Amino acid sequence: MKYEIEKDIMTDNYYLNMGPQHPSTHGVLRLVLRLDGETVLDAVPDLGYLHRGMEKIAESRTYSQFLPFVDRIDYIAALLNEHGYCLAVEKLLGVTVPARAEYIRVIVAELNRIASHIVWYGPFAMDLGAITPFLYAFREREMILDMLESVSGQRLTFAYMRIGGVRQDLPEGFIEKARAFCKYLKPKIDEYETLLTENAIFLKRTKGVGILSGEAAINYGCTGPVLRGSGVKYDIRKNSPYSVYPELEFDIPTGTVGDTWDRYKVRLEEMRQSARIIEQALEKLPSGPIMAEVPKIIKPAPGEAYGRAESSRGEIGFFVVSDGTQYPVRLKIRTGSFSNLSALRDLVKGLKIADVVAVLGSIDIVLGEVDR
Amino acid sequence: MTLLFELIKQLIIAAVLLGFIAVNAMFLIWLERRLCARFQVRIGPNRVGFQGCLQPIADMIKLLQKENIVPKDSDQLIHLLAPIVVFTAAFMAYLSLPFGPKLIALDMDMGILYIFAVTTLSVIGILMAGWGSNNKYSLLGGMRSVAQIISYEIPLVLSIFGVIMLSNTLRLPGIVESQKGFFGWYIFQQPLAFVIYIIAATAELNRAPFDIPEAESELTAGYHTEYSGMRFGIFFLAEFTSMFMVSALAVCLFLGGWQGFGILPAPLWFIGKCYAVIFLLIWFRWTFPRLRVDQLMAFGWKILTPLAFLNILVTGLLISVK
Repeated sequence: MKYEIEKDIMTDNYYLNMGPQHPSTHGVLRLVLRLDGETVLDAVPDLGYLHRGMEKIAESRTYSQFLPFVDRIDYIAALLNEHGYCLAVEKLLGVTVPARAEYIRVIVAELNRIASHIVWYGPFAMDLGAITPFLYAFREREMILDMLESVSGQRLTFAYMRIGGVRQDLPEGFIEKARAFCKYLKPKIDEYETLLTENAIFLKRTKGVGILSGEAAINYGCTGPVLRGSGVKYDIRKNSPYSVYPELEFDIPTGTVGDTWDRYKVRLEEMRQSARIIEQALEKLPSGPIMAEVPKIIKPAPGEAYGRAESSRGEIGFFVVSDGTQYPVRLKIRTGSFSNLSALRDLVKGLKIADVVAVLGSIDIVLGEVDR
Repeated sequence: MTLLFELIKQLIIAAVLLGFIAVNAMFLIWLERRLCARFQVRIGPNRVGFQGCLQPIADMIKLLQKENIVPKDSDQLIHLLAPIVVFTAAFMAYLSLPFGPKLIALDMDMGILYIFAVTTLSVIGILMAGWGSNNKYSLLGGMRSVAQIISYEIPLVLSIFGVIMLSNTLRLPGIVESQKGFFGWYIFQQPLAFVIYIIAATAELNRAPFDIPEAESELTAGYHTEYSGMRFGIFFLAEFTSMFMVSALAVCLFLGGWQGFGILPAPLWFIGKCYAVIFLLIWFRWTFPRLRVDQLMAFGWKILTPLAFLNILVTGLLISVK
């Protein structure tokens, strides 16, 4: 009898519920982990805790009324979302945006991209157990938010762009401030690198962890830094140019292996490139109107249009269908985070719990964007 | 009558040590918060009292007022006892720490062995906390902690062998006395052992970069996830208690103990050196990312332990050549 009991002793897999309340699922993502000790056998993301029905809301709002909602899709890169949305509606209307407005849009959007990458950099380091980089990075984010506040009056959900242009012109002194900031930022990014990049522990935690091949990334529909980290040189600003990006010079950083470290490097390099773009745009900023001639009540002719922009988390796309009234019939939002997150399950199989956190951090999701 | 006298004496010693631990912990809380703020380009708490010196007291009052939440399906007794076990293990080591030439509660012949024996007991408390909380995160944290402390105990003890071989004694005051003058400190004769000791001790303390058992971003708070109020406070107190203990041991073994060079009294030298080591530990914590659990084990077994053996071999050879 005793013998039999001893024979029955065995180890078993178990489930661990990671989230929706968990410090490193970056919001309300729930991951159902099947574990063998510390090894992850399966990780199933459970979405929908932040679903607000954005696409349905759009159907009962006019085109301009929906703009503030767009901010709240990816609240960390609000201006980049607005840019995508405006592009879609402007395409539907057939409006040409004045040059000055286009440049202003690029400047504020790139500033927002840097701020967004900072919000990735800090928590990513935190996920790996280093708390200090977070505060270093947020010091610079504060400056960006101050600048964007002086432009738009808001610090997070700006509602600054308008269909056909931007709400108001740049305030006095902004150009000098932005120029000084770009100059200030570059050594600060080097400082971020000193804090992490060559740290032996950091390398151990990120090199070769969560390798996403370029092919797999394309198959999953990954975009943005996740795709570029896998070595695919694809950036909507270059591959499907919009706004005034063709007139500006910048490089698209890519990784080689597609591991967590590559995704990290790509984002840091993108911050440098964004600073470069801002400097050029400030240089070339023309004078002129900031709004196109757009009717007060926007009633696009029946038809459909797709506007896409390169957000800090991949492609943000708006597919708008109009039936001639002032409300869109259908508005479909395509976000980077959602597609990027779908790769997670494959990436973390066979890794440890700690790696799940690292890989998830390197994918950089915003739950508002995943659930919409 | 002698029994009564002995009992009163012991009570006084215990009270003095407890008082020291409490004051020390409060100072360390303040020091850690202020220092980490400096490392992080912040200012840190500076509102309560002069430069925030009363902040730890405010924190403690807050902790005392909080409700003690015990999870419904937890193992009540084990859950209750765990913080006490962890703290007691750390506290008992203070019994044979030499703060000065004659300033030691109990001068044992095998003082150092005693310290290692009792501090290892804290593992049991941590595992109790992990098990008793009935929470998978806690259990994972508890198990990680046991694996970690047991693996790092070995290089830790091995690293001090060199010092013991040089000083020919297991008595802590004896070890301190055998280090004569600044260049007599064992850190100069045993630099490798000192490095191994500091690394292994950081791992023993479960502090970053080895804070895997309480890895905030992975296991929320590890083994003390389910503790609140003063019970959490006791875990915190235990951490600072063992932090000072580990530093004090480093000072005794490698940095000449209470011996100083000026007019300052010996205990002040001792405590000052301890805080220098603690500063190093705090610096580590706010600089490094965290290792992964398997990398941590590999580091302990494959790098630190062989190095510690190598250190013993070299020390032994040098002693026999002399």
